[in-house]
Amino acid sequence: MSTRKSEGQEEKWELRLYTAGQTPKSLAAVKNLRKVCEEHLAGRYEIEIVDLLKNPRLAKDHQIVAIPTLVRKLPVPIRKIIGDLSDTERALVGLQLKQLR
Amino acid sequence: MGKPEALPTRTKAQRNGLPKAPTGIKGLDEITLGGLPRGRPTLVCGGPGCGKTLFGLEFLLRGARDFGEPGVFMAFEETQQDLSQNVRSLGFDLDRMIAENRISVDYVHVDRSEIEETGEYDLEGLFLRLGLAIDTVGAKRVVLDTLESLFSGFTNEALLRSELRRLFRWLKEKGVTAVITGERGEGQLTRQGLEEYVSDCVILLDHRVREQVSTRRLRVVKYRGSTHGTNEHPFLIDENGIHVLPLTSLGLDHSVSTERISSGIPRLDSMLGGEGYYRGSSILISGTAGTGKTSIAASFADAGCRRGERCLYFAFEESPQQILRNMRSIGVDLNPWLKRGLLRLHASRPTLHGIEMHLALIHKIVNDFDPQVVVIDPISNLATAGTESEAESMMLRLIDHLKARQVTALFTNLTAGGDAWEHTDIGVSSLIDTWILLRDIELAGERNRGLYVLKSRGMKHSNQIREFLITAEGIRLEDVYAGPEGVLTGSMRAAQEDRERAAALARAQETERKQRDLARRRAALEAQIAALRAEFQEVEDETKILAEENRASEQQLEASRSAAAMRRGADKPALIKGKRK
Repeated sequence: MSTRKSEGQEEKWELRLYTAGQTPKSLAAVKNLRKVCEEHLAGRYEIEIVDLLKNPRLAKDHQIVAIPTLVRKLPVPIRKIIGDLSDTERALVGLQLKQLR
Repeated sequence: MGKPEALPTRTKAQRNGLPKAPTGIKGLDEITLGGLPRGRPTLVCGGPGCGKTLFGLEFLLRGARDFGEPGVFMAFEETQQDLSQNVRSLGFDLDRMIAENRISVDYVHVDRSEIEETGEYDLEGLFLRLGLAIDTVGAKRVVLDTLESLFSGFTNEALLRSELRRLFRWLKEKGVTAVITGERGEGQLTRQGLEEYVSDCVILLDHRVREQVSTRRLRVVKYRGSTHGTNEHPFLIDENGIHVLPLTSLGLDHSVSTERISSGIPRLDSMLGGEGYYRGSSILISGTAGTGKTSIAASFADAGCRRGERCLYFAFEESPQQILRNMRSIGVDLNPWLKRGLLRLHASRPTLHGIEMHLALIHKIVNDFDPQVVVIDPISNLATAGTESEAESMMLRLIDHLKARQVTALFTNLTAGGDAWEHTDIGVSSLIDTWILLRDIELAGERNRGLYVLKSRGMKHSNQIREFLITAEGIRLEDVYAGPEGVLTGSMRAAQEDRERAAALARAQETERKQRDLARRRAALEAQIAALRAEFQEVEDETKILAEENRASEQQLEASRSAAAMRRGADKPALIKGKRK
């Protein structure tokens, strides 16, 4: 496991998770996301959870199709990850916390 | 077409029990007897560039504008800006319709390269977006174009399929009439087998190119709960959108007219029972090159305009200017009619489109212009744009359509020199009511035109060949010479007529001479008879005199004998007398 801690030490991470109500998938995604962040981005991340059931307009505005969707707003470029993040390997690759071999 | 004709078909559909949503797409509502199944999804599939998106847009925009049914367009391929530009040329202001809350457009951007899949997910976002859009405008119609883009954006196909199934169920529950477009796949209707989700109505659009000529076709593959034709219907896309040529068989129940209209050539009218063609009939003028088909066609158009009727002239050989010039040279001036809008000349190269496109175009222009007289010059050229069987079935349908509209249609047909005279390239003769044949008569180094009426249904027509003269004052028909020398035309006819006149004169003189001779001979004969009679009289007189003399001498002899007997004193003179008796 070769994380890129050295380069991104000072980087601030802004993550936004889109969910639609309290579905098992949403709950799992929140849990998995927190776990990944604690492991790799301890102390330098922010998570915003958007419930599209409460604010469905955002789905169109933010081009959300799949639920749950995780968007890495910072650092740029913006990355989109879908799914409940149960596949940690892929989640790390998607967030560019790990290089794809 | 479109709106006015949508009404009767809609009531028909209601009688059938299945509610339908009219699309407003010209011709389609006729084929489907009223439109798409209301409250159910319809799959529209076809290859790239076949008009799927336009189909969806027209269905939606016409629904919102003409039928008061707001709609949602969910685009997976084009942005709202693109769509807005695309439909502006069709006369729709998409941005305004969106502002007026009659249409909602949602561009769904799915890009696999931007998406990492990490476990379980669903497409709830899509549902939320669609649901919100439907509720915002109160949509009755929904278009998803093209759903298959989702398959390129996500890898979990099993999940996608179950989500799609859920989506269609959801759309049905919402009660919206939906159109889902799909890419044509190999061996199945769509690449992703979308047809398995949509079971109510499937429409296939096809865009094929054969011999560098493209043709668009539409086919209703399936329409549950409704009768529908499964024929392929050609359609075209023009500045007014999709225009489907409904090839429904019109049957033979169209009403007929007994009104007669002039052909524009007085002598031809007199050949056709003295009154010309029947209104609403189909007329075919066939002949080899340069026999004057266009002249007859133009005369007919001219006559139509003279009666104040709208006339539509399709030229597939000459440009409008060329026709105008050429016809002016034979005394038919079409220009004033063009200016007054009674005549419309529509010229195009036959090779420009496939035959279906041509016919769809003819169909469309006929419907727009609503003419009483249509001229197609020539139909044989159209046949080159397709195969023979195609051309034939298309022509049949066109003629049928014109007949049903009570349009008097005149077609010209170029026959190849070697063919039989009574041969149409595209076997339409059975549908033709009046068939006029023009032929070259080549004699003594001269080529003349002959005309005769091969058939003309429902009227007593002349069976004679006429010589057909194109003069600066128009078309003239002359009797041809038909006698023991054969059929003669042109200067041969003139020469023959001169000869005939000379011969007649000679005959008259001969008769006179014979009569004189006879009189003379009668006189001679009578003189002879008189002479013979005189001779006979002479002989008779002589014989009479002789008989008198005989009797006289007999008497004298008797007298002298009785005197002698008396002298001798003989007795019984009476005995002697009786003995002599």
